Amino acid sequence: MLLKDKLAFKKNTTTIVIILFFYAPLEVEAFGGEVIYAEDGPPNSGQPFISDIEKIAQLEPPKISESKMLHKVLHTIEKLKEKAGSEIPIIGVAMSPFSLPVMQLGFEKYLDSMHFRKDLFEHLMKVNEEFCVDWSNAQLEAGATAICFYDPISSPTIITRENYLETGFPIAQRTISRIKGATATHFASGNCLPIADLVSQTGTAVVGVSSKEDLSQLKNNFKNKVTVLGNLNGIEMRRWTTEQTTNIVREAIQKAAPGGGFILSDNHGEIPFQVSDEVLKTISETVQEYGKYPIITSNGN
Amino acid sequence: MDKMQSFSNQLERALLMLDKGAAEKTLKEALTYGAPADIAGELVSLTLNRIGDAWQEGKLALSQVYMSGVICEELIDKVLPPQSQMRKSQPKMAIAVFEDFHMLGKRIIFSSLRASGYELMDLGGGLNTDQLTEIVEKEKIKILLLSVLMLPSALHVKALRQKLNGTDVKIIVGGAPFRFDEELWKEVGADAFGKDPAEAIKIVAQMMEEMK
Repeated sequence: MLLKDKLAFKKNTTTIVIILFFYAPLEVEAFGGEVIYAEDGPPNSGQPFISDIEKIAQLEPPKISESKMLHKVLHTIEKLKEKAGSEIPIIGVAMSPFSLPVMQLGFEKYLDSMHFRKDLFEHLMKVNEEFCVDWSNAQLEAGATAICFYDPISSPTIITRENYLETGFPIAQRTISRIKGATATHFASGNCLPIADLVSQTGTAVVGVSSKEDLSQLKNNFKNKVTVLGNLNGIEMRRWTTEQTTNIVREAIQKAAPGGGFILSDNHGEIPFQVSDEVLKTISETVQEYGKYPIITSNGN
Repeated sequence: MDKMQSFSNQLERALLMLDKGAAEKTLKEALTYGAPADIAGELVSLTLNRIGDAWQEGKLALSQVYMSGVICEELIDKVLPPQSQMRKSQPKMAIAVFEDFHMLGKRIIFSSLRASGYELMDLGGGLNTDQLTEIVEKEKIKILLLSVLMLPSALHVKALRQKLNGTDVKIIVGGAPFRFDEELWKEVGADAFGKDPAEAIKIVAQMMEEMK
């Protein structure tokens, strides 16, 4: 069903890329975590499966071959690759080792372990790094072109730059260097300007940015280092009129597209079901009209 | 400089350094200037307000807001135990994570309100409309704070509001969907939206005043 939808979408619109984001808690499901399904939204993670942080010491990375859901993702990538060939890039998805623990043990226990139980924190990162590298490389072997590396906890919205320097930054550097393909780091609506210089040094090729930060500033900070992906507000998009949509998309293109290094997208990695087809169609049409090079900027240059 | 402002500066520094000892020392010194309930209300609220505002402005991280609230809550519990008659007299208040298990937002608001001298029930997470309606009616909750992570859950607040229309409960919402669409709280029929702990404390204080 999912595969048919993806391919039907390709026929009816200008498909530039397929991002194969099944659902956020897919990987914790492989660890034994609970997934809650909903009729009007994406599946969500249930109660964290690590109830006592001491249990982190016994945690081991799950084997990809033993997870039915991970296997289903790999099968989908293979089928999409068969149909799409090299014409349309297929982007696999992996949670950063540093961000996965929010679903493994919950935010509070994770922050507590990060600050007060460094022994457990380090073991957890070791387990998650092994899993993330294996999972990313399995998707690349199945036919994915690149990996979207979700790392919202590294965002300065959540932790300080100093904390990132000690934790999320070296973890991202180590992990990305072992992934056998290009990566796009996504902060899933979180800010990233205060760590832009560091993100550029993680080895990532693309950065997913927030609608809460200015695109011109983001573009300047990442210029010639990392491609900027973003930053339409998917939540607010639900109430956009056609005129608003055109204006917002045109402004984003004019701010970030000149000189290249920009991919227009939402700012979270998921556009809610509640956003109308009309808005999506208008976004696509506006990109066709204003997104061709040379870009005409707001002052006519 | 005003004495309370000076204590607040010291407390803020200690909290951001995660220095519980220095925070406790500042609070103890401040307590010599007034009753514990007043100190909790003024000093801690003032400090947590500033920390919350700095997060809104992108100057601090959520982990700092969380740790500050937890440290303050622990310190205030020592001088104002949960059942203490010196805590603020107030209508019944509760907090829950609506249809979700991402608890950090709830924990931050819970700690900040308790550290400001308020008492509230922690209903936990994963609660749906029917479960919350039953609890609100049974416990005669007057202020219900809801933390939400996903857009569908935020939209479901509307059904909860409708089910609670026969009661006088006030609903305060918070969480990512409301921060990314600041009109959403009105659409779902909430009585208020708090962007951060600072706003939650202000809204609760105002509602408590109106309920007197």
